[in-house]
Amino acid sequence: MQTSNDNILSAVRIEKGFPGTKALDKVDFHLRRGEVHALLGENGAGKSTLIKCLTGAYRRDGGSILLDGEEIDPRDTFDAQRLGIGTVYQEVNLLPNLSVAENLFLGRQPRRFGMVDTRTMNLKARELLAEYELDLDVTRDLASYSVAIQQVVAIARAVHLSGKVLILDEPTASLDAHEVAMLFRIVRRLKARGLGIIFITHFLEQVYEISDRITVLRNGHLVGTRETSELNRRDLIAMMIGRELAAEIHAARIETAEGRMRYRFRNYGRRGRINPFDLDVRAGEVVGIAGLLGSGRTETAEVLFGAHRADSGTAEIDGQTVDLSSPRAAIRHKFGFCPEDRKTAGIVGDLSVRENIVLALQARRGWTRPLSRAEQNRLADQYIRALDIRTADREKPIKLLSGGNQQKAILARWLATEPEFLILDEPTRGIDVGAHAEIVRLIESLREKGLSLIVISSEIEELVAYSSRVVVLRDRSHVAELGGDRISAHQIVEAIAAANEREAS
Amino acid sequence: MTSTVRTYLGRLLPQLIALAIIIAAISIIFPGFLNLQIQNGRLYGSLIDILNRGAPVVLLAIGMTVVIATKGIDLSVGAVMAICGAVSASLITSGHSLAETLLVTLAVGVLCGVWNGILVAVLDIQPIIATLVLMVAGRGIAQLITEGAILTFNDPGLIFIGSGSFLGLPMPVVIWLVFGILVALVVRQTALGMLVEAVGVNREASTLSGVFTPVLLIAAYVLSGLCAAIAGVIAAADIKGADANNAGLWLELDAILAVVVGGTSLLGGRFSIAASVLGAIIIQAINTGILLSGFPPEFNLIIKAAIIVFILVLQSPRFRAVFTFVSMPRAAGRPTEREAK
Repeated sequence: MQTSNDNILSAVRIEKGFPGTKALDKVDFHLRRGEVHALLGENGAGKSTLIKCLTGAYRRDGGSILLDGEEIDPRDTFDAQRLGIGTVYQEVNLLPNLSVAENLFLGRQPRRFGMVDTRTMNLKARELLAEYELDLDVTRDLASYSVAIQQVVAIARAVHLSGKVLILDEPTASLDAHEVAMLFRIVRRLKARGLGIIFITHFLEQVYEISDRITVLRNGHLVGTRETSELNRRDLIAMMIGRELAAEIHAARIETAEGRMRYRFRNYGRRGRINPFDLDVRAGEVVGIAGLLGSGRTETAEVLFGAHRADSGTAEIDGQTVDLSSPRAAIRHKFGFCPEDRKTAGIVGDLSVRENIVLALQARRGWTRPLSRAEQNRLADQYIRALDIRTADREKPIKLLSGGNQQKAILARWLATEPEFLILDEPTRGIDVGAHAEIVRLIESLREKGLSLIVISSEIEELVAYSSRVVVLRDRSHVAELGGDRISAHQIVEAIAAANEREAS
Repeated sequence: MTSTVRTYLGRLLPQLIALAIIIAAISIIFPGFLNLQIQNGRLYGSLIDILNRGAPVVLLAIGMTVVIATKGIDLSVGAVMAICGAVSASLITSGHSLAETLLVTLAVGVLCGVWNGILVAVLDIQPIIATLVLMVAGRGIAQLITEGAILTFNDPGLIFIGSGSFLGLPMPVVIWLVFGILVALVVRQTALGMLVEAVGVNREASTLSGVFTPVLLIAAYVLSGLCAAIAGVIAAADIKGADANNAGLWLELDAILAVVVGGTSLLGGRFSIAASVLGAIIIQAINTGILLSGFPPEFNLIIKAAIIVFILVLQSPRFRAVFTFVSMPRAAGRPTEREAK
């Protein structure tokens, strides 16, 4: 066992809550001296929240942080930097219009007679960057260099300022393979100097290439910390998206009766977003979509709904070729779409619950045929009751409702249009347990009524519970389809991992 | 429907209070202020004068309200006034009939709105930049039309629009009253109002819900262009000539101010046309009041600014939270409160 002295940074039982959700629930995290520690999890797992608690960007609600064995309590990121914790973000947080040297020494420029000593500063900057194998003209604007170079400058600044712990938040997201290799050389060198490095990424290959240990978070809980060499890809994916069967949901799995084939997409796709795919959906069927983040789940939904126009393939409904090139066109064919990002793409925050519920129906009727106020009230009340939307009254601005109730109101918005094809992108993300179960039940009852549904979810158990078939995505392609007995959490994880391994080999 | 009337009045209460205070203050300093008299079948008096002088800003504010509700802004309305004034003057002097002149002028205003709307809705240019183009170029266009001179005319029909009267009220007042009521009715009796508010609050969510966003946005700028055209004709008819340099100069700022004083948020969403009209009248009342009360002209702008700051403070949510008695009927005039149908 490691003794605590080997840990340069220890976070113990960190807790952080936001109104309505618990973002971190007693999470432990230990970082050793001279290690690269990958922090993994799907979106909303709590990675950034944990980082923000460590760097003082958020005030934690509970737990303690030890740096070099001493308890610290950074008030803000500057404080954390001073104590020794430096952070480099995906979008470089430096000033592109200042020179490289100024960026490195901003706020602590060497001075002579009270004036900034530019010569000394440039000299020191060159020396500093030489340690990173970089030979740049440090007087040029930072913006004139590539993102990779800017990334290294940001790292140099962070290490120079802090020097104990370096946090890299998706540093490779916009780098090409060559640049990633350069970055990793630097990371290894810093590691040899004894820094503790936290590495956040969505690229599993890079995790295996660079990291010594892996910590996985899920839904604000610590799933576990493992040695990278002892954790295979399949188990890692299972840790990230979960395989423990939520018995109460899983038990409810019902075999669907075969409905008639209604929707047929052939070679459907859009360049740069989702590779062409074939998809058939029957009446009274839920097609689940599984895959890791960035695999093309949301892109599939958007192209089906016309939010991004498909540039290849055909769509048929009941044998008739149809045009689904815009949301309005899709809605004419009785499509509905609950987007993943409720706040920016779902709710119309300042408007009332009533107006949010009638919005899609009113938009379909056109502005010249307004729903009367009485009709609006009736619809709103009907769905507030049917979906148990908890609100003081229908005139309350929707932004004041909790996440789960907002989600139900957006579902109501589509149900009011009496849809036949409903696309739900992460319908249960970020909502509390009670509302979660209600939405799962709702999906099942809609399917029983004969609707066709496409449901995207990161929660594998959930997909298992209600899906008639599950499509597995990887790298913006549909790579597998599971049906019947083959739908189990285990099989889905296998399919994602198999696709991953094929990629890795 | 008494509750509807109450929310309607509640929404307008702060503006009504502000207007009442200003009028009371002026009539104390200038005792003859409230006098009204009828001469030749027409009402005369300072109050009527305010409604009459305020006509261009009231009209601009009607269009500006809808544009601002979509989270946009239209800086070009002053320049469009100048263009439309020039167009009407040049048409009438070159022998076209009044009907032709008015029709073409309004069409030019609509065209200006279409231009702005396409820049904003189709090319996705930020409204403040998109409309700045026409604000700068528009005055140049107007000067081209008038060939740099003030184009005067003496067609009695066109002049009637600026200085005639109907049912005892000056024509400009009749025009903005009728037009304002018409727009408010169309907006609230159809679903336009709600859809405009939805687009203003969250354009992406509205588009995904099937709202035809580009058309709505273009329609908002077209309405604004149409308002500016009417205002331009009134301004030209008033002075019996088109002055490309000064017609509508800086009025876009007064129109924006009127909307803000009317309590519509520049962030888009909830709007009230009636409140913006009141806002425009408040601004005109301040202008007239300062003029009448004989302050040295140098103080005018400063006094105006001070009064407007005071009105904005009255409206601010924080101020209201502290002094809840200001909004006596509980729901009164909260910024989110909806103009009643």
